[in-house]
Formats: sequence, C-alpha cells, structure tokens
Amino acid sequence: MEEHIMDYEALGLKAGLEIHQQLNTKEKLFSHSPSFVRDTAEHNGEVSRYLRVATSEMGDVDRAAKEELMNNRLFTYYTYDTTGLVEIDEEPPAPLNPDALSIVLTLAKMFNMTPLPEICTMRKMVVDGSATSGFQRTSLVALNGSILNSCRIETVAVEEEACQRVEGTIFSVDRLGIPLIEITTSPCMKTPDEVHDVAQYIGMTLRSTGRVKRGLGTIRQDVNISIRDGARVEIKGVQELDLIAEVVRREVQRQLSLLAIRDELTARNALVNGEVYDVTAVFAKTKSQVLKKAKVILGTVLHGFAGLVGMEIQPDRRLGSEMSDYAKKCGVGGLFHTDELPAYGVTEEEVRILKETLGAGREDAVIIVAATEQKCRCAMQMIIRRAKMAFEGIPEETRKMLEGGSTAYMRPLPGADRMYPETDILSVPVSEEYWNSIATPELLTVKAERFVSEYGLDPGMAHQMAFSEKLPLFERAVSEGIRPVFAARTILASLKELSRAGISEDNIPDDSVIAVMKTIEAGNAAKEAVLEILTECAKGMSVSDAVSRVAPAFSREELQDLVHTIVSDRVEFIRSRGKAALGPVMGIVMNEVRGRIDGKVVSEVLDDELGRIL
Amino acid sequence: MTLNNSDPITVKFAGLDMNGIFISRSGENAVVKLSSGYNICVPESLCIPREAALPLEKPATVPLTQDANLPLLSIISTGGTIASTVDYRTGAVSSKFTAEDILRNIPELAKIARYHTLQPFQVLSENMNPAMWQELARTIYDEISKGAKGIIVTHGTDTLLYSAAAISFMLDTPVPVIFVGAQRSADRPSSDNAMNAICSAQTGISELGEVVICMHANESDTTCSLHRATRVRKNHTSRRDAFQSIGREPVGSVAYPEGTVVLANDAIRRDEQTLRLSDNLERHCGLIHYYPGMDPAIFDAYKGYKGLVIAGTGLGHVGTDCIPKIADLVGDGTTVIMTSQCLAGGVCDRVYETGRDLLTAGVIEGGTMLPEIALVKLMWVLGNATRREDIRRLMQTNLKGELAFDLWRNI
Repeated sequence: MEEHIMDYEALGLKAGLEIHQQLNTKEKLFSHSPSFVRDTAEHNGEVSRYLRVATSEMGDVDRAAKEELMNNRLFTYYTYDTTGLVEIDEEPPAPLNPDALSIVLTLAKMFNMTPLPEICTMRKMVVDGSATSGFQRTSLVALNGSILNSCRIETVAVEEEACQRVEGTIFSVDRLGIPLIEITTSPCMKTPDEVHDVAQYIGMTLRSTGRVKRGLGTIRQDVNISIRDGARVEIKGVQELDLIAEVVRREVQRQLSLLAIRDELTARNALVNGEVYDVTAVFAKTKSQVLKKAKVILGTVLHGFAGLVGMEIQPDRRLGSEMSDYAKKCGVGGLFHTDELPAYGVTEEEVRILKETLGAGREDAVIIVAATEQKCRCAMQMIIRRAKMAFEGIPEETRKMLEGGSTAYMRPLPGADRMYPETDILSVPVSEEYWNSIATPELLTVKAERFVSEYGLDPGMAHQMAFSEKLPLFERAVSEGIRPVFAARTILASLKELSRAGISEDNIPDDSVIAVMKTIEAGNAAKEAVLEILTECAKGMSVSDAVSRVAPAFSREELQDLVHTIVSDRVEFIRSRGKAALGPVMGIVMNEVRGRIDGKVVSEVLDDELGRIL
Repeated sequence: MTLNNSDPITVKFAGLDMNGIFISRSGENAVVKLSSGYNICVPESLCIPREAALPLEKPATVPLTQDANLPLLSIISTGGTIASTVDYRTGAVSSKFTAEDILRNIPELAKIARYHTLQPFQVLSENMNPAMWQELARTIYDEISKGAKGIIVTHGTDTLLYSAAAISFMLDTPVPVIFVGAQRSADRPSSDNAMNAICSAQTGISELGEVVICMHANESDTTCSLHRATRVRKNHTSRRDAFQSIGREPVGSVAYPEGTVVLANDAIRRDEQTLRLSDNLERHCGLIHYYPGMDPAIFDAYKGYKGLVIAGTGLGHVGTDCIPKIADLVGDGTTVIMTSQCLAGGVCDRVYETGRDLLTAGVIEGGTMLPEIALVKLMWVLGNATRREDIRRLMQTNLKGELAFDLWRNI
C-alpha cells in the first residue's frame, strides 16, 4: 500500500488531536509535593491496593472501566521522600494549583478561546492502576478556539498526570499529580501530514510560554482517526512528533484492511457460532513449549475465516493480533491460529487432528488458547467477541502505539459514564479582570524571525536559539548588553562543546555564563578562551578565578611591551620581508598570549609596531 | 422558568450551542453536565431548556438471593457508608442500606454470610450522642436475641470509637460485634469501605466474642486489624490505618482477600459471655484537656456535673492553681477522673507533690484508661452506681479491657 496512491480526502480521513503536555510548576496540581519525576530505584516505600468500581444509579459501569476490572488485580505503588499522602490517596487533595491554571489560561488566550467563568474539577474514572484513587482529576478551563486559521481547538483542560508504570502491576507515584494541559482539537485534519503540522504548531505554542516541561515523555499526543465507513479509533501516547504521520497512515491502512476483511467474510458467508471445545487431548504429546505446560487448551472454529486471521492489516499486525489483544485482557499470553500453524513447535499432524476433531474445513480457521480453565474460558469469550466484530468492520477502540507506528488494542472508547464531580475541591472563579490581565508570550517562530531582523542572527542560528532551552539565558544576555551574535554563538556552540566533553551545562549557573561573556566583551579575556573558562566554571571555580587561571588578564600596555621586545629581536628579518613579516611574527606573539587577549587587539598592536620599523 | 436538577438544556456559550443537563446552582452560575461528561459552570441566563428526551429505562436488575445455609449476620447502619452508588449524571452519591443494595455493591459478602439490615437512625458521626448509643445497644441486643451470629455496625469514623466503647460497657455479648467505617469515601474506586466490610463479615462468622473496631491495619489493602473497642484511638485524620490500638496489640487481624481471621490469645471467644444489657448512662459528664496556663475558673463551668475526666499532663497533673477548684467540684459531688494526654502509659499521682495534692482533693486515678474511654466508662458507671465507693471501685476495675489491671486493690 504505497502512500502516493492514497487519496486521503477521497477516503474521508478525519483526524483530531488530543495533546497532553506537562506544565513546569513548582508543586503538583492538587498537592504541595514537588513536581518532578524520580529514578524508580530511589523509592523508599510501597503500598498495595485493589480498585473497584461502584455502579451508578443507572446500573451503568463505564465499559472501559468494566473491562479493566475483569481481573481483580493488586496494584503496587512506589513512594518517595518527595511524594506525600495525596499521591497515595490517603489525604484529601490540596486546592487547584493557581500557577498551573495561569499557564493553561495563557495558552487558552493564545488559542483564542473563551474561558469558563468558574472552573469545576471532575473525577475521570481510570481503573487500570495508573491512578491510586481510581480516577484522574480534570478541569475544563476554556472552550472553542482556533489555530492556523483552519483548525478549531475544542477544549483545553488542566489535569493530573498519571503514575508511571514500572512493570506489570507496579506503578510509581512520583509522576502522579504533575499538572498537564490537555488540548483537544476538532477532527479538522484530513491528511497524515496535516496531523503532523498541527501537532508541531501546538507543540511550538506550548513551548513559547517557557512554562512547559521538556524532554522525552513530557508531551504525548493522542490521535483520533476515522475514515468513511470506518470507526473512531483513539491512539494513545505518541511521544515522537516524527512518527505521528506514520501512525495515521498505518491506521488508515488498518481500517481499509479490516473493511476488506469484512467484505470478504460477507462474500464467503462466514460464521462465528461461538462454540468452544476442550482440545487439551489433541496436544497430549506436543513438543510446543507453550502448549505443553498449559493446564487446559480450548479451541473454537471461525467458519470461513481461513487466510483472513493471518492477513496483515498493518506492518507486523494481523486480524489474529487483534483477537490476541482481546484475549490478553483475561491474563493469557496470546493465542495460536491455524493460519500461522504449523509453527511454534506445533506439528502439521497436530493441526490436522485439531481441525478434524473440531470439524473445521479448508475455509475455516481454528483458534486455540492455553492457560488455566478459567482464563481460557474468559479469553475464548473475548476472541469470539472480536471475531464477531469483524463482520461489522472496525470496532471503536482506544489503542496504544507500538514501536514503529503500528498499534494494539487497549480498551473500548470510554464514555461519559466515567465522569463525576470531585467533591473535595472547590470551584475556582476566573474573573474577567484576571483574564484580561493575562499577557500572551511571543511565539517562538515570531521570535526567531525577530532574531534575524533585529539582531542579525542567521536564520539557522535564530531558529536554534529561539527553540533552545537556553532561550531565557540568551534573552537575558542581550538585555544586559551582550552582542546577540556573540551571545548566541557562545550559548549554542560552547555549551554544546561542553556537553560533548561530558561536562553538564547544568553545572554552570546562568550568572557565570553571563559574567564570562561580559569579561570577554570587555576585552579582559579572549573569545578563544571561552570554552576553557566555562569548563573551569563547570568544575566549580568562580568566574574570576577561571579567567585568571586559564587566561590571566593581559593589558594592552603589557602586550605593547611584549610586542616591542619580540619585534626588536627580529628587526633584520622584518626589514628583509617587509609587510609579509606580519604573519610569522603574529604567530610568535600569539603563542605567548593566546586566550589572554583578543587576537584583534594583538593584530592592531603588532601593526603599529611594524609600522614604526618599516 | 426555573431549572431543576436533570433538566435537559442547551448552553449558549463561547459561540457554541452545547447540549447538557442542568445539575445545580453555584452562586450566580449554573452547573451543567455536558454530553462529554464534564461539568461546567456558566451563567444560568445562558442555559435554555430543550425538549426532554425520554427518560432512560433502568435496566432490569436480577434479584439477589441469599444463601440460606450461611450464618446470619445483622448489619446495623448508623449513617456511615458501607456501600454507595454514584449517579454519574448528577454526581450525587447515595448510601445504600438494604441487604440487596449492599450485596450488589460488595458481592463478595454474599459468599460469607446472609444478612439482615437495619437503620435505627442516620446521622453524621459527629452528631452521635449518648441517647443514640443507648438505642444502638438495645438494637444490637434485640438482634442477638433473635439469633444473629454476629453484628456489624457501620459508623462514620469521627466518633466511631466512642460508640464502640459505649456498647462495650452496656452490653455483654456472646457474639462478635464489629464496628466498621471507611476513611476514604465510598464513591472512589480506591475506597477502603469494601475491604473493611468484607473483613468485618469474616470476623462476624469467626470465633470472636467481643466488641471490636475493624479497619485497615496499614496503608495497603492486605490486612484489617481488630481493635478492642476500649483500647483504640483514631490517630490520623485521613489515613486508612487511622485506628490504632494503644498500649496493647490488636485482638485480631483479618487477611485480605483470603479472609483468614487470627485472634490474640486473650481475645474473648464466642459464647464466653452471656448476653446481658445494662443500658443506663449518666449523660452529665465532661472531658477537659489541661494546658499550661489554663484559667482555673474553667472548672467552675463543670459545677453540677456528675462526672469529669481530666486529660492531664504526664503522669496525671494539672497546674497547682487548679487544684482548689477541683477539690470544690469533688466536694459538690462530682466524680473527677485523672487520665493522661500521653495516651501511652498509666497515671500515677503518688510521685510528685502536685499528684499527691490531687489525690487529697479527691481525684480518682484512671490508670491506663484513654481519656475518651474513661469518659464513656464514667457515664456508664455513674448510670449504674450511686455510692462513692462503688463508683471508685468500678472506675478502677478492668471491666472491658479498658485497664491493664484492677487498680482498686492498691487503694
């Protein structure tokens, strides 16, 4: 399926984005704990909990919540000396962090939105273990904005970050409660590249505030995708912007393949009768490691499915993988289907007997699962459910991204049933006066253009500087009178050199970088010495000590004396070479003074001295 | 037109027409639930009623049957929430009291016992009072008389230990009487309500035969502790393991989810006591917490009280200038009991001069009794004895585990 032949508009592609970005606040959204992520090896406590869902008056339990709770699992939570009782749901939450709200309101203004006059906090049920309370707190802040003249921003909300999964049912609560902004666009994008561009623009806007966290995992894009005749599918957690278009392309491919399978099933008069058989005896002497250790093996026949279960629907994914994802909800490791057998130690003979036992013909596929009786029964129900969905086409699902951009089933799309008010938090009024007082920052793209026109930076450097984490340092340097080009070069090039040499730039306070730049601009140290001076500063030396150690101050007078001596010793040579003597003599002088005084000054002084002789 | 809860409306806001339902008012704003599930607050003038959709039909619920072969437990609800449901449309949380509702919420209970449920009254725990303790004691007595093999009392946690202690003194019980609550609200998936309830039911069918409080033993969902009702304190405002036994280990524990109940050697066993109710209480009693610089005139406010418990400092002291006032109270017929703010350890007023002066003034040492427990006991003792010597002897006798040993022999 080559991209150039895909006409996405003709396919009726509609995509929307939901972007989650961590905000860079001092405290968490609903607790006073510091808002940063820890190394899980540093945890100093653990608690373990079950989660359960109360049914509503209507007798409804959110369908996504219900599926997560099929296994009543004990979750373990790692705690830290930087986390408190709110994170382990042992204490009522603190009031909504006003700093986080102000960042979200700033962004709402940048997106031309209307703020809500009063911010109510809701609980969004999340029972996969990633929230200790069993819900995520979330507050809608503003509605109906637009960007790039073409795309509507439906809502922005401020919400709590969830726990990090350490592995399996172990979670870490350090991340829980870090404030996030959630930005939801309308389904305004019609091609994969547009999705990339909108995501990039929103990301740039977020960073323009200077108040969002940076680095891997601090921003996550969820993409909602559908095509005509398809269904809305939400793909969660795309972390790299560069993959986002590929994710969309692959989802379109998957939906087209599933529609093709649907049509083929109808044409074949395929049937799922849902009968499940115990086929443990068939594999009594099997060499397959998986089947050998299983207590029970169950099988079912999907009539008319042969060849379709194993059909690739996107790279490395088949209809069988989809069924397997559903089965895994019951705690089984996966499934085998006859489209892929014999393989995995299952022999051709065993497949023949299996098909014969179940009365499966050439057009049929057989699915088997191996585990405990209870898990097998549960898994079989899920497989049959998913097989039946194949006749409808594409199920509405929440999916997770796999490496490379394909996706796997996570859970059904959640409904409105999962939201109810957070009674422990008072609503927060947003007055018109407050809204009007919010200043919006300059966009980074606008800033980069200004750096070219106003400061004379070349466009590449201007862009790099505007999007760098060191932007505040650059702006401060310029405001303190340092030449912009010199400041940008020092900040971008020197600090990069340092980190290449394994020296963390975090070890050099901004004050020191500014002081070093000022020393050089005043002519008290040479530009050439900047890297060495900063290296010494990174090791803990003060700026003045570093300058005098690396490049002891060398005054113009001292230089004149030195040059006079050197020139006097070489009068013959200079007279014989004339002007051409400048280069060699310059080399001799520079050997003595490199890094201690600017080369330009050396050249001036030397020129004067030679002029005296010649 | 005035909007009512659940009215369908259209909200005109931010250039949008959004469908939602009206929930409530918050100042000048209306709280509206949007179809996305979010609640928003917008000026009520922007909410326009729309044609009501047909009310959703409630799904048919399968009637629950209880297993007649299982032992019978009574669940007495006083207002604490053992089970609740959330109306996701309005956010309203409602407590559930019928056996059927409870079993629907916590189906694990159905495998442990069958249940008879009662709700003699419904109050916030902070509004409980001695008259309600008496009513509760009579209700429990009746249920046991009618054959309940165990009693579970659901109760708000704020004053749970007072009620449990009061029942301990008023009732000799041959079956387990378990007080249970939840520290984290029942409408959150992480609530401790279900586990505490399940552990209570397991205790209800166990070999225990006394009044206990069943709550989380630690911050994890692994074990509940059974605290003797006369040796327990709420030591945290919000943690699941807020209740802790003071001066002794809990009388038992329940493993979760296994349900195994392990009892301490000195836990009172089923049928060890004969059912007996003595439900008199003297309500005119007080509890005062001494602090440095306390104005002695405060004691005048207790003139006419039948009893007063002092939570004194250290071994059981108050400032010397308070002693004459206390002597006056005793002289007027008030029984004054000394306990310690230290909670752990016993009172001893024979070590320092202030203590000896207090004894001379007629103060009765409360030994290791916790101040709150001493208050409840004093109400019971004064409700059942009138002679000074009887009162002193009862207050210094270990009746229900509230004292480490009898003190009156030492007089």
